Amino acid sequence: MSGLDRFTALPPFARLTPAETLVLQRATREVAFAEGERLCAEGHPADRLWVLESGRVAVDTGVPGRGDVVVQTLGPGELLGWSWLVPPYRWDFGARALTPVTAAELDGPLLRQLAEADPAFGFALTRALFEVLAHRIRGTRARLLDLYRSGHER
Amino acid sequence: MLPTPYRVAGRTVQTRDTATLRLVPVRRSLPPFRAGQFTMLYARGVGEVAISISGDQSTSDGSLEQTIRDVGAVSRALHAAEPGTVLGVRGPFGRGWDVESARGRDIVIVAGGVGLAPLRPVVLAVLADRASYGRVVLIAGARTPEDFLYRGEFDGWARSIEVVRTVDGPVMGWTGEVGFVTEPLDRLVAVPEQTVAFLCGPEPMMRFSAQALLRKGVPPSDIRVSLERNMQCGTGLCGHCQLGPLLLCRDGPVADYAHAEPLLLAREL
Repeated sequence: MSGLDRFTALPPFARLTPAETLVLQRATREVAFAEGERLCAEGHPADRLWVLESGRVAVDTGVPGRGDVVVQTLGPGELLGWSWLVPPYRWDFGARALTPVTAAELDGPLLRQLAEADPAFGFALTRALFEVLAHRIRGTRARLLDLYRSGHER
Repeated sequence: MLPTPYRVAGRTVQTRDTATLRLVPVRRSLPPFRAGQFTMLYARGVGEVAISISGDQSTSDGSLEQTIRDVGAVSRALHAAEPGTVLGVRGPFGRGWDVESARGRDIVIVAGGVGLAPLRPVVLAVLADRASYGRVVLIAGARTPEDFLYRGEFDGWARSIEVVRTVDGPVMGWTGEVGFVTEPLDRLVAVPEQTVAFLCGPEPMMRFSAQALLRKGVPPSDIRVSLERNMQCGTGLCGHCQLGPLLLCRDGPVADYAHAEPLLLAREL
């Protein structure tokens, strides 16, 4: 599968035009992570994002006395990382590979430059990221409802 | 309609508040059931409640498996029933999942909490006739890893179908997924127009899952949900289980989302 096909198939970018996808490819490289390897660390500079192609990743945060607590897991086709898009460009959460992971890694600062130079591309990219964010926030809100608790737990 | 006596032949603890009873007829047995149907279970001297059937619909010995969560006086008595206890059973009632109508297609089963109980017969029916179905995915959600029903069965199921278990809250040592069921659902429906979905769990969970499926392009007529209201007579006479135009004990509990969505979104009916 070519890099162009790969992006076209991935849910976050399926709606980009071929021309927009080509622009995105300029900011992309293939990466792999071993099981247990950290992709990013909370509070560190955020300069990239990943579209996962295989394996699973845990999004985590450090909690005193509990270690790195997993708040979400992500799998193939899902996007990881948007802290590169908005100041102060630092990771809000960390992420660690739960299994061997392959991913397309995108250069965040370059994406910002491309988006600023071409507003149509910038809008398409922002909309793709917004759809991912909306999906995540729906899931998070649903979890906040604690729907599966028993009648005895108030 | 009088309850038929059934004896508790086995009791399997599922979670801290949920157990599965295996019931065998004392004399005559009830008619065969279909996946998704329910019975009215009667605990002597306490009362009667609707409980979905969680066993294998191909069972021919008249036995029933019913998974009961302790949430009130009647369900507490049923949940605590030890082997040898005689219970009254009426049914089976209602429209089931009609699993067989999905032959030749992909299936996605989404279960939240004890919603896996009415869907276990779907899983067992698919496993018994695996070659007749395309890709089959089960997504089961629970509060914590200890809250999954049928924990001893997942590995066996995963040999024939894709099984994804996801928990709402972070737990030390858990190696499965963390997230709401809609999150794996979004990436696991490959061919929306080829997919039939079976959803059971708390109503918001079913609404959110159905909305995720609709966004993917699964038609509402191919999304089936199991609805629950106050079932009492089981025969569509008393009206306690009315939901809009439906009497759920007779017209449900399973309905397609094209019919169910306006009823689930209405604030009052």
